[in-house]
Amino acid sequence: MPVVEVRRVAGRTAFRLGRHSVSGQLHPRTWLVCLVLAVASFLVFSAGIAIGDYPLGFVDVVRALAGGGDSYALFVVQELRVPRSVVALLVGVALGMSGAILQTITRNPLASPDMIGITHGAGFAVVSGIVLGFGSGLGTQVLGLAGGFAAALLVYLLAWRRGTTGYRIVLIGIGVSWTCIAAIDYLMTRAYEYEAQQAMGWLVGNLNGRDYDQALPLLIALLVLVPATLLLTRWMRVLQLGDETASGLGTPVQLTRFALLLTAVGLAAFATAAAGPVLFVALAAPQIARLLCRTSAPPPVAAALTGALLVLASDLVARQLLADAELPVGIVTGAFGAAFLMWLLARINRQRFG
Amino acid sequence: MVCVVALVSLCLISIAVGARPIGLGEIWQGIVQPGGSEIDAIIRDYRIPRTLLGLLVGVGLGLAGALMQALTRNPLADPGLLGITSGASFGIVFAIAVAGVTAVHGYIWFAFAGALLASTVVSLLGGLGNAGATPVKLAIAGIAMTFLLGSFTSAMVLSDAQTLNRYRFWSAGSLAGQPLEIITQLLPFLVAGTLLALASGPALNSLALGEDVAVSLGHRPRLVRLRGMLAITLLTGAAVALAGPIVFVGLVVPHIARILVGPDQRWLLPTAMLIAPILLLAADVLGRVVARPAEIQIGIIVVFLGVPFFIYLVRRHRLTEL
Repeated sequence: MPVVEVRRVAGRTAFRLGRHSVSGQLHPRTWLVCLVLAVASFLVFSAGIAIGDYPLGFVDVVRALAGGGDSYALFVVQELRVPRSVVALLVGVALGMSGAILQTITRNPLASPDMIGITHGAGFAVVSGIVLGFGSGLGTQVLGLAGGFAAALLVYLLAWRRGTTGYRIVLIGIGVSWTCIAAIDYLMTRAYEYEAQQAMGWLVGNLNGRDYDQALPLLIALLVLVPATLLLTRWMRVLQLGDETASGLGTPVQLTRFALLLTAVGLAAFATAAAGPVLFVALAAPQIARLLCRTSAPPPVAAALTGALLVLASDLVARQLLADAELPVGIVTGAFGAAFLMWLLARINRQRFG
Repeated sequence: MVCVVALVSLCLISIAVGARPIGLGEIWQGIVQPGGSEIDAIIRDYRIPRTLLGLLVGVGLGLAGALMQALTRNPLADPGLLGITSGASFGIVFAIAVAGVTAVHGYIWFAFAGALLASTVVSLLGGLGNAGATPVKLAIAGIAMTFLLGSFTSAMVLSDAQTLNRYRFWSAGSLAGQPLEIITQLLPFLVAGTLLALASGPALNSLALGEDVAVSLGHRPRLVRLRGMLAITLLTGAAVALAGPIVFVGLVVPHIARILVGPDQRWLLPTAMLIAPILLLAADVLGRVVARPAEIQIGIIVVFLGVPFFIYLVRRHRLTEL
């Protein structure tokens, strides 16, 4: 009796560990895609450290990372570029995974933290902090985090009527999200010009000048939430079959949905608090990953890696595109992610798949 | 029936209320036998075009939103999802920054052209592959197009302060300031779109039962989708070009209509068509009254007026999923 048994069943690869205790399905393509994405992310991450107004060779980068080399290179690498790239990486991972969870539990490819109120709740908290001076001592990070969680809690409570459904969460989410958008618009028209500019600078989503103050809370959040998501993936797949089927299969539907929602909200809120609302990543990354892996639901790990690659590459381009200024990363993510997504769709149209 | 009465009285209120209140008798006189008085001029040049615009834009957005949600079978779909709103925005920024158009009325055709172009590309990508159109593909293609054009627009706006100022004026969304001639020029598109939309009710009903059922009932899904997308483009393109991106109306009104009359598209489409202008005109009137004599942007009022009602309905009723 082998310890691991791998067999092809009905055109799929299944595995079984031990005698009967653990079994499941292998999806080799997903593993391959994850590997390629991880390697690509690492390359772009390294390139992001080496490329800039003060170009560094590979040797310089390695030496500076180890704490050697001349003091200027040391400063550029350790104080400026590494923290920024780390924030970009973490934000991408968090948003990609958050989007994958939300799209799976609502069974809606358009669901993302931007659509159901988390991002704009954070935005409203930060803008009202800037314009009304309300709790401004807390700083944008705490305000953004609190706003994101408060909006999500409001959505959940309003959607609760003897339990929630994914559909009701989506509808209430739209309402809350648009209320926050309108409130932001209203505050912006009432604000002084310098306040409006400050708020606008935060609202476009920016990695400029981000350092370990932003990276550390996000990293801690990810260390908790990513393993939690991976543990919950099992139930997430079942929940995708619909509430009735899932509870028929013995899944505690309400509890699972609450736990998944909590992780998704946490990931999105921490990412938004660190970098501002970087739109589109949470929506596009899961779909790009799904099309690459050819699975029916967005795969969370591949989505997280896609998100990381998207934000890292966009940040690199945003820094290089204009000679005298930097574009906010959010603008480049939109152009990049959208173009890639459309190319994937066009290719699929030709290949009769999807 | 209730909707029709509400709509007619709102039209009258919309003509009457403003920085200079006008009595009902004066309105009657101003419409039936206009003289040269100041009040007649206000009615003819400002209040009527504005009310008419609210009516038309509301009809357009309400219908287009209901169609869009039926075609993509997605509750998050808004009429701008085919890339229409972002196409129109891009057209306007292009007109200002590259083509050097300065007259406000010149923008409108650029906006309309941008909307048409964007929705054509999205329809090709999401609707006409070998594997056929699926609601999911259409939605994804649309949202990708929206963000692609949105990025270009923001990049152009950020790099040019003058463009930003003019663009902001349009993007705030307003029913004020369009003369009657412009409205009548775009009217044929709106009428054509409305007829196309109302005609697709039965076909959409059978499409909701699934592609195979629709085919067996004698409908051609591809044709139905194409017709629907054409109607959406005409309606939203004209509405957005005239009044700026007031998209929220088209997102939330179809849900309200669905809760009130159920999922039958033959009822849902006309209901959405009536509720949207009610919401829009009510918001416009309220915006004029709340901060008199200044005004609050209609986009903001629509949200604060519509969302509480929407959430109440969502909580109150059993929902029919799309």
